[in-house]
Amino acid sequence: MGVGIDVRGLRAWFGKFEALHDISMHIRPNCATAIIGPSGCGKSTFIRCLNRMHETVPDAGVSGQVLVGQRDIYGNGSSAVEVRRRIGMVFQKPNPFPTMSIYDNVAAGLKLNGVRNRRLVDEAVERSLRSSALWDEVKDVLKKKSGASLSGGQQQRLCIARALAVEPEVLLMDEPASALDPISTSKIEELIFSLKEHYTVVIVTHNMQQAARVADYTGFFLLGSLIEYDETKKIFTTPGDKRTEDYITGRFG
Amino acid sequence: MRNKANHLRRNLADAIATSAAALAVIVVLVPLAAIFIYLVIKGIGSLNWAFLTHTPAPVGEQGGGMANAIAGSFMILGLASLIGVPLGIGAGVYVAEYGRSWLSKYIRFTADVLNGVPSIVIGIAVYGLVVMRQGHFSALAGGVALGIMMIPTICRTTEEILLMVPRSVREAAYGLGIPQWRCTVSVTLRTAISGVITGIMLAFARVAGETAPLLFTAFGNQFWNWNPNQPTAALPLQIFTYAISPFEEWHQQAWAGALVLVALIVGTVTLVRVVTRRGMFRGA
Repeated sequence: MGVGIDVRGLRAWFGKFEALHDISMHIRPNCATAIIGPSGCGKSTFIRCLNRMHETVPDAGVSGQVLVGQRDIYGNGSSAVEVRRRIGMVFQKPNPFPTMSIYDNVAAGLKLNGVRNRRLVDEAVERSLRSSALWDEVKDVLKKKSGASLSGGQQQRLCIARALAVEPEVLLMDEPASALDPISTSKIEELIFSLKEHYTVVIVTHNMQQAARVADYTGFFLLGSLIEYDETKKIFTTPGDKRTEDYITGRFG
Repeated sequence: MRNKANHLRRNLADAIATSAAALAVIVVLVPLAAIFIYLVIKGIGSLNWAFLTHTPAPVGEQGGGMANAIAGSFMILGLASLIGVPLGIGAGVYVAEYGRSWLSKYIRFTADVLNGVPSIVIGIAVYGLVVMRQGHFSALAGGVALGIMMIPTICRTTEEILLMVPRSVREAAYGLGIPQWRCTVSVTLRTAISGVITGIMLAFARVAGETAPLLFTAFGNQFWNWNPNQPTAALPLQIFTYAISPFEEWHQQAWAGALVLVALIVGTVTLVRVVTRRGMFRGA
């Protein structure tokens, strides 16, 4: 089951540049939450702070609290590696491991973390590929074809399966459909719909229609600050802030 | 009209550039092919079964071969690879994956300097460090000398190749909660493996023909020797000895030895490529 995320006073830096200013928001469990905003507003940085990917960038810094379930992922004794196992991530550009088969790509998170039981891995691979709606297309070539030989849309669903295989509690998606054609995009969107039954989904998108279609809640970021955060319907019909209204009506961004 | 003239000029420029590139290829290939063909012509006459299975004949006697030198070369190169491959890859991985420190600058600089050190100097150094201390020549000393020569090539190619693996591939691994060392071994190195192997093969082929560092380390041997702690024959040494000898038959054998050396290097490199490619997906 998914868990909620409580973000309290989150700030993030690249060197001396503060990219996020004092963000606080509560992300509800088993919901899809969209993060929208113009380019460079910090939405990717924000989502990368939720599974401690931000700190893999040289000179990056973070302060504040991010409680996933009850635990602060930046607290004492919390390890970044452990956090990332519980919080899966799908990136903007599909990034399957190029030299691995489809099977090995999905199994990577388990195998490389020391799961040796073949039957367990087999089951996880099938289950994950089924939940990412890729199973029927690849079930006959699992070990024969390289992950990189799939089409862009299939690669992205492979990456989703890979993230699901380690059974995370939260799934973060950083513009997962921005490099895909409309048909692949609609498949990913359907997928997000079914995924939130089991996971908490946070999706960054610069496509407002997409946010409106898939998300229960939407947060609007501007210049590193969270301007408004509410139910998606409310954000898109009666936004409380002038800047939100300007953005969703296309007056800037 | 202007458009047409432009079009013509572009076509012409394209044709010139293409033929210049083709010419460069020919200029590169001609000496290479010439060396190989000349080697075959000179060497094939003395190449027979006895050459590949017998030890050198005593001075004045006919026949004999370089079997012990072929085996010795493999032993020395094996020892060299045991030293050069892990150290070279280790240093390359450190510099590429963990190296934002002052240490990696020194490693890079040292590797470049080591690459430029004349091979005979490395031979003398190993003579002082290993042979003098042990009190005798050995295949081991030869392996150490060649191994040291392999390190900088492998280190620098490994580094370059690892840096070519896109950041997104590493991020994918980190995003799954895979620790950095595991990501380096099972994802980054695995993605770059064919390039790393190319580096190893380059280093291997380069040192396989080295004579100078072996002169006072492995020293050479007229007889079979399977003990790595004893003076050992090597093909380049045997070729050198025979080529500067006053006997016509030995000159012929030196040519045959050179041919065998080149064939063995090409054979080994090809074999390693085939074996490592099997069961692996080509990088996309």
